[in-house]
This record gives sequence, structure tokens and C-alpha cells, in this order.
Amino acid sequence: MRSSLLVLATALTLTLTACNRGNTVPEDTGANTGADGGLATEGAGGGGGVQVSPLEAERQARLAELMRQLVVYFDYDQAEILPEFNALLQAHGQYLAQNPNTQVRLEGHTDERGSREYNIGLGERRAQAVRRVLMLQGVAATQLTTVSYGEERPAQTGSDEESWRLNRRVELVYR
Amino acid sequence: MLRVVGTSTRRGWLASVATLLTLAAQVAEAQFNVVIREGSEAAVPVAIVPFGWQGTGTPAFDFAGVVSADLASSGRFAPVATRDMVSRPTQASQVNFQDWRLLDASYLVIGTLAPDSAPDTFTATFQLFNVTSGQPMTGFRLQAARTDLRKAAHRISDMVFKEITGIEGVFSTQIAYVSEERLRDGTRQFRLIVSDADGENANKVAESTQPLLSPSWSPDARRLAYVSFEGGVSGVYIQTLRTGTRERVSQRAGVNSSPAFSPDGRSLALVLSRDTGNLDIHSLDLSTQVLRQLTTDAAIDTEPSWSADGRSIYFNSDRAGGPQIYRVGTEAGQRAERITFDCVYCARPRVSPDGKYVALVNGENNRYRIAVWNVQQRRLELLTPDGRLDESPSFAPNGAQIIYATRENGKGILASVSTDGRFKTQIASVAGDVREPVWGPFPRP
Repeated sequence: MRSSLLVLATALTLTLTACNRGNTVPEDTGANTGADGGLATEGAGGGGGVQVSPLEAERQARLAELMRQLVVYFDYDQAEILPEFNALLQAHGQYLAQNPNTQVRLEGHTDERGSREYNIGLGERRAQAVRRVLMLQGVAATQLTTVSYGEERPAQTGSDEESWRLNRRVELVYR
Repeated sequence: MLRVVGTSTRRGWLASVATLLTLAAQVAEAQFNVVIREGSEAAVPVAIVPFGWQGTGTPAFDFAGVVSADLASSGRFAPVATRDMVSRPTQASQVNFQDWRLLDASYLVIGTLAPDSAPDTFTATFQLFNVTSGQPMTGFRLQAARTDLRKAAHRISDMVFKEITGIEGVFSTQIAYVSEERLRDGTRQFRLIVSDADGENANKVAESTQPLLSPSWSPDARRLAYVSFEGGVSGVYIQTLRTGTRERVSQRAGVNSSPAFSPDGRSLALVLSRDTGNLDIHSLDLSTQVLRQLTTDAAIDTEPSWSADGRSIYFNSDRAGGPQIYRVGTEAGQRAERITFDCVYCARPRVSPDGKYVALVNGENNRYRIAVWNVQQRRLELLTPDGRLDESPSFAPNGAQIIYATRENGKGILASVSTDGRFKTQIASVAGDVREPVWGPFPRP
């Protein structure tokens, strides 16, 4: 039990260290995948039908999963943070607050509709919205930079609703 | 070298035209060919007869072909196909107007091309006739070196266009635009291109794997301001076309974007977010580097466009909830005034040279189309009712035509529409995505 927790914690640290080394997407250490993480069944073996699992480990695994998510999506012509991204930003905020030497670049993007320069403004507004939420978690201004690419660097090239949805985003790029 | 000499008819002026600027040390790339794919029913039929070649071998240049393409590109003229011509006069005495009335041609252009005694120099003549009245309208003799023959043809187009419509021709001007190409390895190549108004003589001004956008001409047509994301941050640059020298004029924290030269060329309007993350219009004095903030609203204020007198700047702001057009005086401490009220999404204003219209992007029901705001009548006129993703309108220097970007089959292409919405043309690009066309000023003699 203890040792598995230790492994998890180490894996999580490794994941976060990977962030520190400048990877955009933290490496998959297997800490939180069903394949060998196996958190939900951890400790269930000897309990005689009663499943017991450590809440802290679950919390850590959930955190690690959130830390691997690096994109926040937005509604059309909006820069409001949607409720489904609160947990993600909370995880990144806590991590950054605890690691004041880590820096993140917030890259704002829009879909292709409308004028290009207005979209530069909209992308910046989105990046600033993410920046504000992170700073509320105690992240220092010096850890965060913003850049807006507007519609110039789409994640998807199509001219359809799904492409547009995936292009209205802020990417968190760890340095 | 290109000399224009008036001949037969009522004007007899002599003018010498300095060589247009050439882009030094740039490799010419044929980025796109202009293909007129959508004429207008209101277009006036005009016959441009192949010029009579008075040298040996094949003609040195196809004047009639270039003049026809120029006139067609305005959308106002529908050239008669050469194969339909029953006669091919090259001198006034050979013209039988009945031949042209049968073809419904309203106007007729004939001409000659001959080698001069000096090597690689040629003389072209042309005459324009009104077919209905059977009267000559104008005619000129032009002398040009071989390398300037295309330029000479554009001058003929300008003169024919002016004579018939009363509007200055824009066939001797240039356009700047951005192209994007996706390479096989997935990287993207952004290029800033300057070409003749007909797409020929395309020259690469800048190239980057990071986005390039928002080109803006200096009023003397010698420099371009633009935005580059090189190094992963936005910066505003001014590049001298002839030499390729460039200067970074702004790379402050946050957004540096949307440059626009003032009509006197001394200031550059630009959009900065600085430390606050809030986009505002600024004016940078290019000689003193003094920066003045012209708007302070917490909204997105962007896309400045100077009025011709330099005393006000039109811009886009979403301070009322969505993008609308506003105007602010360029003297210190002026309040912005809202211009458009009756659109859902009105962005990217560009003021016409005479100040009577503001071209803009009108968004409604998920469609983005080009419209003009009539300043005096305070009324919006939709110019591209069939458009879906139209953007970046830019006035030709004669104010009569607007070039803009649109999408077709997933590809960025250019199109143009007359300011009254009557004449439309599509410009098909051969390769890559093209966008953000900006029409340059009239060349200065």
C-alpha cells in the first residue's frame, strides 16, 4: 500500500518534472492509466469484498490527469472560462503556485470566422482570461506570458463547426 | 524606360514615366495568375484588336491580351473574343464600324507595335473609338524598353479606362498580400508578396514559418508595414521594398498588431495591449518614436484606418458588446464616436480615398460579407450578398473598386467588387492560400 503510493507520487513528480524540462505535453508515465496505474482496484485484493482505496492517491491521479490536459476551449466570440475547465485550471494553478520557477506561455487562438485583427484581440482576451484564473490560484505574473495568434494557427483546418470548436482555444505551453 | 506621347486626337501631352520600383534581391515567384471567372451582366463589351506587329518574327509583346485582361479585371468590361473578330484593323483607315456593331462592341481599341532603331526598344500606338458614334476618342504613342512593355500595356489600359469611365485606371498599381503554403512535413510557410495589380511580377517581401499578417502600404508605395510572429511573439515591422531593409518598430509586451500608415507617412497607427492585456489604438511618430494612446476603453479596439485628411481614425471596437465601427480624432484626448448601429458584427473598416465610404466586414447568421457604410447617408450597403467567409476589404486608390479575400473549396482566394456593388470578379490563385490583399497607392511619377 505505502509503496504503491510512493510509486504514484514518484510518477507524478516525474510527470511534473517532465513539464519543467520544457515538454509541451508531460510524458505519459503510466501513473494514471488503467493499464498499470490500476488505482481503483488498488488495495481491493485482501479486503474480503470490501474495496478500500486511498483518497489522496485518487486525488493525485486526478490531478496528474488534469495536468496532462493543456487546452481550454471557448464558445464562439467569447472569452468566458466554461465551467468544465475550472478543475483543469485549478490543477495547473496549484501546480504553478507550488513551483514558482516554472513558466507557462498562454497561447490564445480563435476560429477562422470574422476579421483577422479582431481575432488577434479575441485570442488575447482568452489568454488573459486564463491568466487571471491562474493568478487567482496564487501564480505569479512573472510565471505567465501571453501571445495571441488569432486565427493564424488553427489546430484543425476545416471550415465546419467541429473544426471551429477545436480552434477556439488557449494552449498552455510549459517552458 | 517608358515614354508616353499623345497622338492624333484632342490631347497632345508628353510624359515620361520613371521606372516603377523594383524589388531588389528578391526571387520572382509566380504565386497566382488572375483568372476572371465571374463577369458581370452589366459589363460593357469592348473589342481590343491584336496590335499590328511591324517587326520580324513573333510580336515582341501581346498588348491586346494584357489590355483585355486589365479591362476585364475591373468587372466593368467584357472583351470580345479575338476569334469572333471579322476584321483586324491596325490603323484608323481600316476600321469598318459595322463589323463591331454586329458584335455589339461599344468601344474599339486598335494599335501597332514596332521595334525602334535603338536596341530592345519599341514604339506602340493605340487608338480608342466609340463604335456607336464611329468617332475616335483618344490615341497615344508609347516608347518603352523591352522590359517595360507590360508596364506600357497597363498604361494603355489606364488611359482607355479613364477615357470611357471618367475614373482613373488602377492597372499600373501594385497589391500586397499574404500567402500560406503547407509543406509536406507539416510546417507552414507564410509569405508576404507584392505583385502588379494583375498578379504578375510577384515578388516575395518576407517569408516565415510563423504567421505574417496585416500588410499596410506607405503612401509613397516604397515601404510596407506588417506583423510578424517570428520568435513566437508579435512584432510590427516596416520594410523598404527596394532594398529589403527592415526595421522593427514595436515589439512591446502583449499584442503588437494592425499597423496603418498615416496619409502623410509620418505616423503609424498600431494596436498594442502592453501590460494590461487590453487592446487599444496608438499612434507612433516614426521620426521621434513618440507613442500616443488614442483609445482607452476596456474593450478590443483594433483595425485602425486613417481618414484621407489624417484627422481621424476609424476603428473596430466591441465596447458595445460586439464589433462595431467607431471614429476618433487624432488630436490628443478626443472621444470616440460610434459610426455603425445597425449591424450585428461590423469589423475591419477601411476608409475610401474620398472619405464617403467605409468598407467593412459584415457578419450575420454565420455569414461574413463585404459591405460599405455610406458615411453621408448613414446606411449600410451589402456588396457581396452571396459571400460566406469574406474578409479584408481594401480600396483601390481610385476608390471605385474593392479587393478582398474569400474562401472557395477550402482555399483562400482573392476577389474584387466595385464600390457600387455592380461589378464583381473572382481572382483564382494557382497554388496555396492567398489572403489579406492590400491595394497600393497610385505610382508617383
